[in-house]
Amino acid sequence: MEVGTLRLKVGLAEMLKGGVIMDVTNAEQAKIAEDAGAVAVMALERVPSDIRRDGGVARMSPVKKIREIQAAVSIPVMAKCRIGHFVEAQILEALGVDYIDESEVLTPADEHFHVDKFAFKVPFVCGCRDLGEALRRIGEGAALIRTKGEAGSGNIVEAVRHMRAVVSGIKRLTTLGQEELMTEAKNLGAPYELVRWISQHGMLPVPNFSAGGIATPADAALMMQLGAQAVFVGSGIFKSADPAVRARAIVQATTHFKDPDMLAKVSEDLGEAMAGIETSKLKESELLQTRGW
Amino acid sequence: MDVKIGVLALQGDFDLHRQVLGRIGVASVEVRKPEQLDEVSGLIMPGGESTTLLKLMRAWDFVPALEKFHAAGKPIFGTCAGLILLAREVEHPSQLSLGFIDITAERNAYGRQKESFETEIEADLGQGKAEIKAIFIRAPRIRRLGPGVTRLAEFRGECVMAREGTVLVAAFHPELTDDASAHQYFAGMVRSATT
Repeated sequence: MEVGTLRLKVGLAEMLKGGVIMDVTNAEQAKIAEDAGAVAVMALERVPSDIRRDGGVARMSPVKKIREIQAAVSIPVMAKCRIGHFVEAQILEALGVDYIDESEVLTPADEHFHVDKFAFKVPFVCGCRDLGEALRRIGEGAALIRTKGEAGSGNIVEAVRHMRAVVSGIKRLTTLGQEELMTEAKNLGAPYELVRWISQHGMLPVPNFSAGGIATPADAALMMQLGAQAVFVGSGIFKSADPAVRARAIVQATTHFKDPDMLAKVSEDLGEAMAGIETSKLKESELLQTRGW
Repeated sequence: MDVKIGVLALQGDFDLHRQVLGRIGVASVEVRKPEQLDEVSGLIMPGGESTTLLKLMRAWDFVPALEKFHAAGKPIFGTCAGLILLAREVEHPSQLSLGFIDITAERNAYGRQKESFETEIEADLGQGKAEIKAIFIRAPRIRRLGPGVTRLAEFRGECVMAREGTVLVAAFHPELTDDASAHQYFAGMVRSATT
């Protein structure tokens, strides 16, 4: 009997496909998310839009909160650790968290290195903005990739940019000759073996979800049509006027993402969406997506 | 003409099931709406989150359509979350289910993700006893089997794959391994139900 294998780690991500993973900060929100049909919840100290507004160091969720969330729901519980903070990750593993998100939404703990994710039995999800970043994280042992978008912005434009970058990067690799791959790996800053694998298979070796800026059912369906296999929704739910109703609608839209009639039906009468921000007006230092490399 | 098997595609790893069916030469189609059940002669209910699947099924009236499908003698194969949805009773916590197979399923019965495991199990899928690779991910356990239920595979003496009439369930994920014997077995059930 084996535990913690890559197949088991990727396997759980396979089970989450077509679903919505919702950011929650406490047990009450977790219950609302589960009742709305979330496939998993993501525990964090503050939702991204509050981190953006209030500033300060954003850390792993308090242990007590994580335990309360685990006790409140039967779906998988994920939690975020800071980039490079392998001790937060060790604590999350000890707590029995089902997936660890080494996340740019929290304040990075290490400016040079990400966590060695092979050292853990619990699987990791990591963010990326393009194919090279995705492959560096997979090379470190991530079992699931999510495009970063711009967390807490309520603006889908960055999520779209990152998903398009990954998808077109993959397509490009499939058109290259064998002799071009080493130079391509060098240019991408990505492991050669992964570059070669993708050039042969035309897909990532792990699932690819979307995060950062999803605020409406249409946003979720847009990311699914662009190639995401599931979506993470952060501030978009609990910063909206009616979280339960909006959460349910986003779940429905993620399943029926190819069906405009269904999308119209589920998008009706949801109350106010979160107020978004124009990401092009943000200063470089205010962007969360540039954390990690 | 050979059979066409539907794979419930509301959420979960439905695409991997379709890939296995493709490898053994069986036609398949995604089922996202109840009326699509009319086009298929068997249905796979994949792994995913059973609470999510249940909500999506109820939101779009899948339950009566599945009851009709089952009553018509069309085979259904549920893996992991699919097993939970097909069980007569569900524990830990208790939740609604279709009740098409007389078993009691306990959710997340082996623990959280770090306790998920891969192992060899002993299966008897009509070709004699054989060891097959099995992947258990936050898997359910079959806590009770009704008298009409046949045990098809065991792990440490516990039943992990079972059949009652036209309903087949597995607590593990045959779609995550290269071994297609479970899908072959189900395709056989669908063929004999169609002829």
